[in-house]
Amino acid sequence: MAKVLMKGNEAFGAAAIKAGCKYFFGYPITPQNEIPEYMSRELPKIGGCFLQAESEIAAINMVYGASGAGVRVMTSSSSPGIALKQEGISYIASCELPCVIINVSRGGPGLGGIQPSQSDYFQNTRGGGNGDYRTPVYAPANLQEVIDMTMDAFDVADQYRIPVIISADGMIGQMMEPIEFKERTGRSLPSKEWAATGTNEEREPNSINSLYIVHEDLEKHNWKLDAKHKLIEENEVQYEMYQMKDAEFVVVAYGTTSRIVKSAIMDMKKEGLNVGLIRPKTLWPYPYKAFDEIPKSTKGILTVEMSTGQMIDDVKIGNNGRFPIHFLGSPGGSVPSPEMIAEKIKNILGGEKK
Amino acid sequence: MADHRFIISGFGGQGVMSMGMILAYAGMLEGKEVTWLPSYGPEMRGGTANCHVIISDKPISSPIVSKATSVVAMNLPSLTKFQDSLEDGGSIFINASLINIKPDRKNIKDYYISANDIAMQLQNSKIANMVMLGAIIKETGVVRIETVEKVLEKMFQGEKAKLIPVNKEALKKGEVLQN
Amino acid sequence: MKTIFEKTKGLTAKPFHYCPGCTHGIIHRITMEAIEELGMLGKAVGVAPVGCAVFAYEYFNCDSYEAAHGRAPAVATGVKRVHPDSLVFTYQGDGDLAAIGTGEIVQAAHRGEKITTIFVNNAIYGMTGGQMAPTTLIGQKATTAPYGRDEAHAGKPILVSEMMATIPGSAYIERVAVNTPANIRKAKKAIKKAFEIQRDGKGFSMIEVLSTCPTNWGLTPEDSLKWLEENLMPYYKLGVYKTPEGGANNG
Repeated sequence: MAKVLMKGNEAFGAAAIKAGCKYFFGYPITPQNEIPEYMSRELPKIGGCFLQAESEIAAINMVYGASGAGVRVMTSSSSPGIALKQEGISYIASCELPCVIINVSRGGPGLGGIQPSQSDYFQNTRGGGNGDYRTPVYAPANLQEVIDMTMDAFDVADQYRIPVIISADGMIGQMMEPIEFKERTGRSLPSKEWAATGTNEEREPNSINSLYIVHEDLEKHNWKLDAKHKLIEENEVQYEMYQMKDAEFVVVAYGTTSRIVKSAIMDMKKEGLNVGLIRPKTLWPYPYKAFDEIPKSTKGILTVEMSTGQMIDDVKIGNNGRFPIHFLGSPGGSVPSPEMIAEKIKNILGGEKK
Repeated sequence: MADHRFIISGFGGQGVMSMGMILAYAGMLEGKEVTWLPSYGPEMRGGTANCHVIISDKPISSPIVSKATSVVAMNLPSLTKFQDSLEDGGSIFINASLINIKPDRKNIKDYYISANDIAMQLQNSKIANMVMLGAIIKETGVVRIETVEKVLEKMFQGEKAKLIPVNKEALKKGEVLQN
Repeated sequence: MKTIFEKTKGLTAKPFHYCPGCTHGIIHRITMEAIEELGMLGKAVGVAPVGCAVFAYEYFNCDSYEAAHGRAPAVATGVKRVHPDSLVFTYQGDGDLAAIGTGEIVQAAHRGEKITTIFVNNAIYGMTGGQMAPTTLIGQKATTAPYGRDEAHAGKPILVSEMMATIPGSAYIERVAVNTPANIRKAKKAIKKAFEIQRDGKGFSMIEVLSTCPTNWGLTPEDSLKWLEENLMPYYKLGVYKTPEGGANNG
């Protein structure tokens, strides 16, 4: 298929529809408004339903209803809106319902700003909902990955019966890049015989429920969810190793910042400095094992995030005390420049105190 | 040059976003790597809007243009804001219809195009951006003018197809009006 | 021998967990009888609230959900938009619907969502242990209003049916009570009517049912019925508040 030029937010919508998603429930918030706008334009054409809810809370509960009714469904929002959705995400996770949630992050806390930010790393990977649940989190760094990961997200959601989050930021949402829909090898997915579609008086009723009032039942339920999480950790980790051979220094970055880091790495290469990049493509499950592949030549690790340091916790777990860890952050909505990153690394290698 | 990095800036409504988009689209049709990144949010309300466009032979790491090879200033605030983002030896395209000063920068190439006046001669105030685009393409050689015409044919379909000739005309006017 | 009463197929065999004298059981029964009589059990999807009726999904013999507190109308919206031919209903108490869930219920009606809500109003939070509800009467004692509800402090009790009737998307709104056999029959008729409104695609329907809470009111089952009649009914007047034709028929 020929390449088309598309805005990131529209690419989320196009990929969802391509993946068979016909239902979308959302609420306006910058910088993701093109997603609901796109869905409101396209879903009626294919006999689907777009609904603008009265709040993010209502939207995620509509997703709960639609997912429980057995269809592919999506919602999107940005940071403060995702905060409101956390209650529903926890319920959906406990009920083991599949859905896809796009978080086109903006700066926080509170109302924050609308510029690109990665300060929702905890929100996305740890969640703000209650209980022992996890959500797979994809972090696209370019619009082709927006397409591929969104389509994968629906499959992963259905395969494991779990809400899947895609973590982007305003830059990914707003920029345009050529994309194409590639041939995909589909996964074999389980049928949804658990769905609440009406019994037609032909089967026992299904009930979509997260209440386990008997503590033994709740414990059993949680261990079942845990086993599923472990399976996902085993099978669904994705990451990229870039220029890691003989790297004197390693940067860890995802999404938008990883693109900037690649620029910096190429610039430094011209000056004879070998720097590598570990780029997590899934933030949960996190690619801890990538840190086992860091070459002995490495003198240290730099984590670059558009936050005051959130992913760095996972970097520390993956590093497991092996290399000194440094941090470069921009938590106000500005994207760090390649020059800033190169300068930081050169300073560290020149003996800057950790 | 294998790497073109544009900052295109002006009032909201001057068509700076679509100018960048057409450029990116044409680059894609010519098989190049392209990115387009807009300013967004309250910035878009009444103030200066801008977009960053990169057209390259190699994969593009960052879509943000920190050092531009070309700056396009459709109004005065754009010139003030972005002239320092131009790399040495870069080109600045100035809408002489609305800007009557010169850039402070040295070691740059400056071009003056009376985009609005030319658009008015063509009896369509909305196509000043196309006049400017014609000049940019002529000077930078970033894409071929024929490719841009192809983009216009894809963009203006049905009812809007009647706008194609005047847009093409504007591009041509811009082409001859460099320096 | 002639059968004069049979338990509806709309209820499972699971025994209710409700307190003695609580009228939730009656409301469950007439709701599911109405669906059975309409021949729509196979198309029904119920959404249970958080509150005393939190286990309703175990009693309704149809597909069901347990929703987060107050969110049942949003969940029902999701189901109905996916399966427009199904019969989707929420079953919510006064804390769930009239406090934390006012946004969801008002907006579902506002959209003219083709769902039915059974709203059980007993003027108190039951499950959490007798706290003040938005529908608690002036002077009525609750564990969080130990001196009785004070209007200056907590406002006047909310009149949900009256409010919902003002929303253009509401097609049918009626307030009933289940304090006597005659009123129970009327309540069932109203619930059936509400489901018919949904089935015929006319819009949002809600039946408010005045109910008892002997445990948290601190009364015997019999005195509770009397208290309902003497206190709730004068303030929460029974009647039809909205019909698809726009009419109302209440005291």
